[in-house]
Amino acid sequence: MSYQCDKCGSVQNEQEFKDHYGVCPQCSNYATLNCYERIGLVADAGSFMEIWGNDGFKDPLEFPGYQQKYLAAVEKTGMKEAVVVGEARIQGIRVMLGVMDSRFVMASMGSTVGEKITKAFEYAGDKQLPVILFIASGGARMQEGVVALMQMAKTASSVSQYSQKGGFYVSILTNPTTGGVSASFAMLGDIIMAEPNALIGFAGRRVVEQTLYEKLPDNFQSAEYLLENGFLDAIITREEMRDALSELLYMHKNTVIISKREEKAYA
Amino acid sequence: MLSLLKNKPQLEPWERVVKARTMGRFTSQDVIENIFNTFYELHGDRHYGDDKAIYAGLGKLGDTPVTVIAQQRGRDYPEKIERRNGMVLPEGYRKALRLMKQAEKFSRPIICFIDTPGAFSGMEAEKRGQAEAIARNLFEMSQLTVPVISVILSEGGSGGALALGVANEIYMMENAVFSVISPEGCASILWKDSKLAPQAAKDLKITAADLLSQKIIDKIIPEEASLERTCRNIQKCLKEGLYRNSRLSPTEIREQRIQKFRSIGS
Ligand SMILES: [Zn+2]
Repeated sequence: MSYQCDKCGSVQNEQEFKDHYGVCPQCSNYATLNCYERIGLVADAGSFMEIWGNDGFKDPLEFPGYQQKYLAAVEKTGMKEAVVVGEARIQGIRVMLGVMDSRFVMASMGSTVGEKITKAFEYAGDKQLPVILFIASGGARMQEGVVALMQMAKTASSVSQYSQKGGFYVSILTNPTTGGVSASFAMLGDIIMAEPNALIGFAGRRVVEQTLYEKLPDNFQSAEYLLENGFLDAIITREEMRDALSELLYMHKNTVIISKREEKAYA
Repeated sequence: MLSLLKNKPQLEPWERVVKARTMGRFTSQDVIENIFNTFYELHGDRHYGDDKAIYAGLGKLGDTPVTVIAQQRGRDYPEKIERRNGMVLPEGYRKALRLMKQAEKFSRPIICFIDTPGAFSGMEAEKRGQAEAIARNLFEMSQLTVPVISVILSEGGSGGALALGVANEIYMMENAVFSVISPEGCASILWKDSKLAPQAAKDLKITAADLLSQKIIDKIIPEEASLERTCRNIQKCLKEGLYRNSRLSPTEIREQRIQKFRSIGS
């Protein structure tokens, strides 16, 4: 299998793609990763165990054409919904890991995505696991109407409940994170990180342009723009991601770890 | 109440959208002036500014002091410009949250009036963190230990409406609409033709009756020929709602709200 860069068109084979974490060696463009590639990049090999993998289609409004659209996404991706969640280890530390996959109906949030995210926080709260979410989404899934909209409140409330229990949540915003997902659990991490150049925002760029007479800045709604304006803790490259996460996890273990040598020195 | 509704001519969903947006229809401020004995406006988010799209303060419902937070679209064109037709900026949501936390401190119930086409989607809104502001409201409102009742007066536009909607009880006016996306937006994304908005309005199930049957909202408030009588209906529903909640402990109030949202789409 070969990969072609969306930006410069250069072609890589599978091994090169993996070696570079899907970052183009010619132009540094970040290729969209599917959820399995993403899990492979951050989780210890073989450690990911998916939960609620069979949660699938709900059509609360019986919206015309929705079922066909859903089935086409299943066919294309082999997934049952736009998010995969489960337990994993990162450098040996147990975590709840969730990854959204933008190939699946733009990773929009309907009731099943909202429910899986919510259950992930509840499960992690019960088992005292940190939560790591790789987020990408076009927003709420309009074919599920207000039921989809309410998933914003449901997921935000589950983050709130989890936070009350002292849980540690890292959200990593990847390209694109917009609409109702950006305005709910995505922006509620204890630590919020993003990939370089990821598009992050609430409203679409074209909608924003309609309200303006002047031109938008070139980096508008990029990760760099959000960092500059105070809405991100850090921008982390794919190469650094696994190490950054394991460092952060280590620093939130809530235990004082003193080496034998230090112990002697303080005694 | 429902039998009363049945005797009225039934409007198509799109007709309700048009009606909800028509200038001359009652605004939040009209309702507030009618149903509260006194109203004392409070301003500002204490960080950046005072968003005029949020009209908020302290009121007395009968003898009960309450915190009132409303989206105000404006009654005429100059006011609509000043208030951005009820499209809220991040500082507006932060002002709302500040007043909600204040209400919680003083054990006051919170009444929200929702009336917005959506959160403001301009450059300054993005720059100041519209997504974060909405997310924060959802996060914090879920934990409030005082009762929250939200009334959708005319238009409940997406996340911009929901940011005042994490309530123990949600009511809708008979002709109000509540939607994840505007019917025009839905039609242009799905069918590349915003003229198909009337069809989208139907498919999206955005009327009060649709949302009551989906158990998203708790009550439909009938509209009358006169504003005074309509407001009397609103006042009655709010008083009943506050009475129901007054018998719950702070923990029960929070739990009830969390469970209400937890069950949607589960
Ligand atoms: Zn390239």
